[in-house]
Amino acid sequence: MRRLSVPYLLGFTGAAWLILFFLIPLIAGLIVSLMSGDVASGYRLTWNWSIYSDIFVNSNVNYALFLGRSLFYGATATLLTIVIGYPLAYFIAFRVSPRWKTPLLFLVLISFLISFVIRTKMWVFLLGAQGPIISFLQSIHLAGPDFAVLGTPGAVIGGQTYNDLAYMVLPIYVALERIDTRLFEATEDLYGTKRAVFFKTILPLSRSGIFSGILIVFIDTVGDPVNAALLGGRNTYNFGEAIQYAYLNLQQYNVAAALSTVLMIALGIILFVYARVFGTENIEDLV
Amino acid sequence: MSTTTQTIALRGAGLTLDDIPEPKRRKRPLLPIIYWVVIGILLLPIISMIAYSFNFAPNNRVTTVWQHFTVQYYLHLADQADLFQAFLLSITIALLSAAISIAIGVPLALALERYRFWGRGLVSSILFIDIAAPSIVVGSSALSFFFTLNFQTGFWTILISHVTFNIAYAVVTLRARLSGMGTAYEQAAADLGSGPVAGFFRVTVPLLMPGILAAFLLSLAMSIDDYVITSFVAGSATTFPLYIYGIKTGLPPQVLCFGTIVFVVGIALFFANAALNRRNKV
Repeated sequence: MRRLSVPYLLGFTGAAWLILFFLIPLIAGLIVSLMSGDVASGYRLTWNWSIYSDIFVNSNVNYALFLGRSLFYGATATLLTIVIGYPLAYFIAFRVSPRWKTPLLFLVLISFLISFVIRTKMWVFLLGAQGPIISFLQSIHLAGPDFAVLGTPGAVIGGQTYNDLAYMVLPIYVALERIDTRLFEATEDLYGTKRAVFFKTILPLSRSGIFSGILIVFIDTVGDPVNAALLGGRNTYNFGEAIQYAYLNLQQYNVAAALSTVLMIALGIILFVYARVFGTENIEDLV
Repeated sequence: MSTTTQTIALRGAGLTLDDIPEPKRRKRPLLPIIYWVVIGILLLPIISMIAYSFNFAPNNRVTTVWQHFTVQYYLHLADQADLFQAFLLSITIALLSAAISIAIGVPLALALERYRFWGRGLVSSILFIDIAAPSIVVGSSALSFFFTLNFQTGFWTILISHVTFNIAYAVVTLRARLSGMGTAYEQAAADLGSGPVAGFFRVTVPLLMPGILAAFLLSLAMSIDDYVITSFVAGSATTFPLYIYGIKTGLPPQVLCFGTIVFVVGIALFFANAALNRRNKV
């Protein structure tokens, strides 16, 4: 009988903390979105469900555009991290001797030792109009005098790709490492060309890595306000920035909470459909 | 099949299979080139951060033009009082949140890894969502929560929010270590008459130490680095990332110095941890 209570005693504080400060706040976000009022006179719960249509239809701010932009930037950055990250993971997994794997992987992860905000601000510094990169490109006449990187969608997507690349390389690398290399010989014995070895053996067997990479990178980039705010400009304003602005500057808590709920639901639907279409084992195993 | 027909054909020609040269695997240099170009780009902001932290900065704002080498900003880290305060606040919150997350995370990881109990699936799912949910949703929900309770945002709300996301990272790291550990040593301790509490502190905790250390370092890193969640729950408090984010007109060189210091300490801790793990493995 005593033994039965052990896991509850051990897990109680942690479970209570997570329920109180994580699960309940998520529900609180939903409830705040259904309130009406303003900061001066206070908010009251009025079950105002129409806010969810108001923010898209009757609002003077084009939140639908910002959401679309966020999803587009996130999807593009996710695709780029796969295109760039896969060769890196492949190189480390199959082309170098075991003793070099850890150092080469470490170089990919090294950016994590610098604060995310400093990293991004350094790009602002380097890519600025007077910065060394633009000046160099202009001096060799590869770029015109009005050429700018900052403030463009490319800068935002590039920043997101840069900041999240390691999240893609790591799970793909782990998946590639698990592959039994004798399967390559088996494919070749079955008259598989090098192309077939990659597309029929390696790629399918690393699918779980790509899947968890997509999960992490897509969720992170779609909600991210930082790259858009620091590297972008007026025409790259995205949903994450809109949520932040509605909360912290406009103090329209109900609108902001509704936007945040919409983002959560949109991501939930996209990832659910994605998981159903591309099929995966237990999602929790991927983290 | 093919080998047999080949062999027969070869025998006819008076040859054996060994006489066919193995097709030479040409290693094309494309992959190494891609790797090093990407790494070069990844290192660019790091190298420029370190380099420009030693560059003299007129008007105390970093410029792209190289002036002359100086270490004066490292010697006057506290000159930018607000920045220094923000850095100290971030360090304090990182250490406290990492310690609390470990204290809460170790028993929770033990419960989840070693026992089957009612609610285990639910807690695992919450941990998963905690890691997977976008920071902007987590941060804004936390603000909604504190706002509904009329809770003043500031130091304590930052700490609570950081513990909340760090618990998840701590538990995942600790469970990985626990699952590889087994229970043989604990059982041996119990057979030798040790009570559960003594067994926990004298057997489980020492065995778990590499996991605890890794979880602690990861929590420190996540906490010092967090901008999005903190921006919602900070109130009038300013952490290091919040301060840097808020600078509108050029960076003070001390920002780069703090960044470089964190980077060097991070590398040192990483190698210390790796060395420790290697020694313990033997």
